[in-house]
Amino acid sequence: MMNLESLIPLQQLCVHYDIEMSFLINLNDFDLIEIRTIEHSQYVHKDYVVHIEKMIRMHHELDINMEGIDTVFNLLKKIETLQEELITTKNKLRLYEE
Amino acid sequence: MAYINYYEILGIEKSATESEIKKAYRKMARKYHPDLNPSDKEAETKFKQTNEANEVLSHPESRKKYDTHGKDWKHAGDFNKARQQQYSGNYSDFFESMFGGRGQGSRGGSGVGFRGQDYNAELQLDLKEVYTTTKRTLTINGKNIRLTIPAGVKNGQQIKIKGQGGEGINGGPKGDLYIKFSIENSTEFKRNRDDLYKTVDLDLYSAMLGGEVTVETLDSKVKLKVKPETQNGAKVKLKGKGFPVYKKEGEYGDLYITYNLKLPTQLTTEEKELFNELQNLRL
Repeated sequence: MMNLESLIPLQQLCVHYDIEMSFLINLNDFDLIEIRTIEHSQYVHKDYVVHIEKMIRMHHELDINMEGIDTVFNLLKKIETLQEELITTKNKLRLYEE
Repeated sequence: MAYINYYEILGIEKSATESEIKKAYRKMARKYHPDLNPSDKEAETKFKQTNEANEVLSHPESRKKYDTHGKDWKHAGDFNKARQQQYSGNYSDFFESMFGGRGQGSRGGSGVGFRGQDYNAELQLDLKEVYTTTKRTLTINGKNIRLTIPAGVKNGQQIKIKGQGGEGINGGPKGDLYIKFSIENSTEFKRNRDDLYKTVDLDLYSAMLGGEVTVETLDSKVKLKVKPETQNGAKVKLKGKGFPVYKKEGEYGDLYITYNLKLPTQLTTEEKELFNELQNLRL
């Protein structure tokens, strides 16, 4: 059974962020978020909210379209992975420097 | 307080048209936007400058004032007192002097809220301090923030505290606070991820004949049995005696002990003779 407490209705997000429903549907179409339908109502998991906020800013403040947001998110993920690897490598290097 | 050349910041000529300013702003914003440059302080500063430049140059009235009084900003103070409203804290002193320190938002005062600035802070801790979950109170921009740092946090690791950054503009949400941990190591342990490494001196006789050594871990002492004929550089693994695994309560890495054989010095005549005897036995 789905835990509804961790889900946020799309309608609520649209009102809160002053965005069109189509924006969220588009994000879902690009696999950038996952919309869940439960008893005819649509929701997203609360973990997506941080990403959605970021995507709204990219779209409104920088005029980045869906394809661009998708690309940016993929690249940011790669940067994050590389930064983690860099930290691990630097910490390993410290083993020999200390 | 120095004069800021907004045209230079946007990389445009003083004669730039409104559409050229907009285009230049968009280009710079895409380059330096905090969402695209997470944890990059330089980009954050440049984004702030870009916003400020756009704020001034995209509004004909403020642009005219800047062009007229820009370099003599000290004399322009009274010009816009009527416009003075809430100070958002996101603009330079120069901007504040000329325009009353209030941003209109880069979307032309449409009333749309902009997210506040993200703050970055670095917290220095010692390896021993992050062996257990620890609490700290940070003062960020005059505000005390209580922080629980889970045991096992790594050097260079960054955590985000949502909503503890700068105030939003036009009612926008607050920015976030990013804290990067710098872990100094004043212990005799070396750390790699969750494993610890330590070198322990071993006397000749314990190494040759076997014995017992007491090894200090980060929080206790462990007695180790030394096998006879232990070689210099031999390694022993103490399972679960390493560093706590981040956010996995009760899980620990391993502790690796390397033996460093200490040979006796200042031998007496009798000792030398005995070693000679030993040597002869081996021949």
